[in-house]
Amino acid sequence: MRADPSILPLVVEGLGFEADGRALLADVGFTLRRGRPTVVLGPNGAGKSLLLRLCHGLIAPGTGAVRWAADEGVAAGRKRHAMVFQKPVILRRSVRANLDHALSAAGTDSAGRAERTAAALVRFGLTALADAPARRLSGGEQQRLAIARAWALGPEVLFMDEPCANLDPGSTARIESLVSDLASEGVTVVMTTHDLGQARRLAERVLFLDKGRLVEDAPADRFFDAPETPQAAAFLRGDLLW
Amino acid sequence: MSSTRRLFIAAALGLGLGFASSAHAQGAAERFITVSSTTSTQDSGLFGHLLPLFKAKTGIDVRVVSQGTGQALDTGRRGDADVVFVHARAQELKFVEDGFGVERKAVMYNDFVLIGPKSDPAGIKGSADIAAALKAIAAKQAPFVSRGDRSGTHSAELALWKGADLDLEKIRGSWYREIGQGMGAALNTAGGMNGYVLSDRGTWLSFKNRGELDIVVEGDRRLFNQYGVMLVNPQKHPHVKAKDGQAFIDWLVGPEGQKAIADYKIEGKQLFFPNAAQPGA
Amino acid sequence: MTVPDAFREAAGLVVDLDPRFVGIVALSLRVTLTAVLAAAAIGLPLGALLGISRFPGRSAVIVFVNALMGLPPVVAGLMIFLLLSRSGPLGSWGMLFTPSAMIAAQTLLVLPIVIALTRQTVEDLWGEYREHLASIGLTGLRAVPTLLWDARFALATALLAGFGRASAEVGAVLIVGGNIAGYTRTMTTAIALETSKGDLALALGLGLVLVCLTLFVNAAAYGASRLGARYAG
Repeated sequence: MRADPSILPLVVEGLGFEADGRALLADVGFTLRRGRPTVVLGPNGAGKSLLLRLCHGLIAPGTGAVRWAADEGVAAGRKRHAMVFQKPVILRRSVRANLDHALSAAGTDSAGRAERTAAALVRFGLTALADAPARRLSGGEQQRLAIARAWALGPEVLFMDEPCANLDPGSTARIESLVSDLASEGVTVVMTTHDLGQARRLAERVLFLDKGRLVEDAPADRFFDAPETPQAAAFLRGDLLW
Repeated sequence: MSSTRRLFIAAALGLGLGFASSAHAQGAAERFITVSSTTSTQDSGLFGHLLPLFKAKTGIDVRVVSQGTGQALDTGRRGDADVVFVHARAQELKFVEDGFGVERKAVMYNDFVLIGPKSDPAGIKGSADIAAALKAIAAKQAPFVSRGDRSGTHSAELALWKGADLDLEKIRGSWYREIGQGMGAALNTAGGMNGYVLSDRGTWLSFKNRGELDIVVEGDRRLFNQYGVMLVNPQKHPHVKAKDGQAFIDWLVGPEGQKAIADYKIEGKQLFFPNAAQPGA
Repeated sequence: MTVPDAFREAAGLVVDLDPRFVGIVALSLRVTLTAVLAAAAIGLPLGALLGISRFPGRSAVIVFVNALMGLPPVVAGLMIFLLLSRSGPLGSWGMLFTPSAMIAAQTLLVLPIVIALTRQTVEDLWGEYREHLASIGLTGLRAVPTLLWDARFALATALLAGFGRASAEVGAVLIVGGNIAGYTRTMTTAIALETSKGDLALALGLGLVLVCLTLFVNAAAYGASRLGARYAG
């Protein structure tokens, strides 16, 4: 897997998106290299989720470009970036079949699917639940399955949109440690969160968005200790930004 | 996704099998003809008696679609039947004249009877004069059920009103009820509203839901009901099974068919009287 | 004729397995099941496509299909009749007054139900699945098998509804089948015929069998939806 040509760096240039004449995102530019997690912060409606969807290719940019080192983030015939959503999309099938389905969609052959599925079940502690109907799982288990499913695809970059938004503290802690482990294994994570504590624990780099613009792009330590812009400072203090 | 694919394959297979088995069922009955006929021959059970005899002799399966005479003739006109077997002489002759039928042959007759409630509000029970009976019904405005479906019985009924010097268009009111359905439905309706109704004797005898109904007028010569049979013209409709259709007609008007018709009885009563040999029938 | 008579007669038909009676029930089931399968093979993919595609006039198509769910069986029968009559465009097939013609008419009746209910079900599901499916590369047509499979319990109910409509109707099969004894006589046309012959007991007996079948189908539909709710959530 590591022998595949890398899809990184990802270069985002002049990215903008409008809906109903309103600019939801404007002139966003940054470069993403392989590394520890990047956390996208910002108040509600700043365009965090939209940025992830544009990067992942779910939405076509209005202006500007999302450029992977390998075309469209595909390397060795496979899409090498995956995404986990705030409300996990769990298919009405067993846990195992959820994993198998994503691998099948990616064109993995049946032997490869069996192998990756088994590995994902073990890796994410889902073996005991393998044949349970996935929709009957708890919120934390469903999110774990969603991450396992994305992981099974062998992504180099993993986008996560508020992965802990609806979870209790125990499940949140478990997801956080998974994210940290994935980063250690070489997966470059880009995630959004509302939880500043979580951002501090996970982030190596922060992209701070406000009103659709990238206001600050900084190493996490520096961002939290000494934000450069008044908007970021206010956000960290908990002031409402309007 | 593979399971979805299996689902589709199963559906496709099931579909194929369904059509294949339909095709097989058609193939199994190798020789068949389609006869469009009237509800009276079907409802009276005559075909149930005749067709097995014909099949045993010739191996030809006869599929009967029973409709009102007008519809049955239309079915022949469109070429959807090989043989037409109905009872409305004038319409039959026109059918042949227009080139849709090859030749009309008389087969048999039965007779119509006027059915009415036992309470007999028009006071006509026991009469043998159908014209007088209809006049009485019209005068009393007693409920009368008409087939209203262009059937042979319907046209016979209209001719009877005319023969009684009654102009239906002028005298009709809410007492005259056209239902646009078959003989059995008309009898059921008459039973339900204590009305009078014209029926062929065969259907009446085999009708089981008589309730308060009974025969009130019978035996008038004007009530005779002649059946004719025609081969649909192969020159109009080349797919018509002329040979097998003609075999059925020949059998009906020949000695065996005529005897089989005479033999058919319900409760000991003969329903149809073969008269293929009678001139002018 | 009393109601107990009717029940006794119906029971007699079932217990003795009267061959003519069995033939009628078997033909009814064969015609209706084949029609439902055909409608499923055509209607499931079409309904799913309609559910996930966006094109000008889509709303009009949806309203049209929904309205067709109320298509009177007699009209469906008449359309097939005019097509298959020897004087019609497909007359050379010689299909009028055959079980195949009845299957075609019932397929036409069931198809709008399958398309409309599939469209609704798949559209709702797609709203939920869309981003994930796009994320793993299943866009457009490639999303259809996943959506159909995951909607399987709701779709089974749609097919059973179609089965109910087809098995209960008499107008279409009477027109295109001709109610030929032993060949195109189904339960409903036999009921109509026996009623017109005044043999209300036999008609009611056949009706009871049909009601039992309908009950069975509805129980199956209910069971499927319960099972689906438990499994798929």
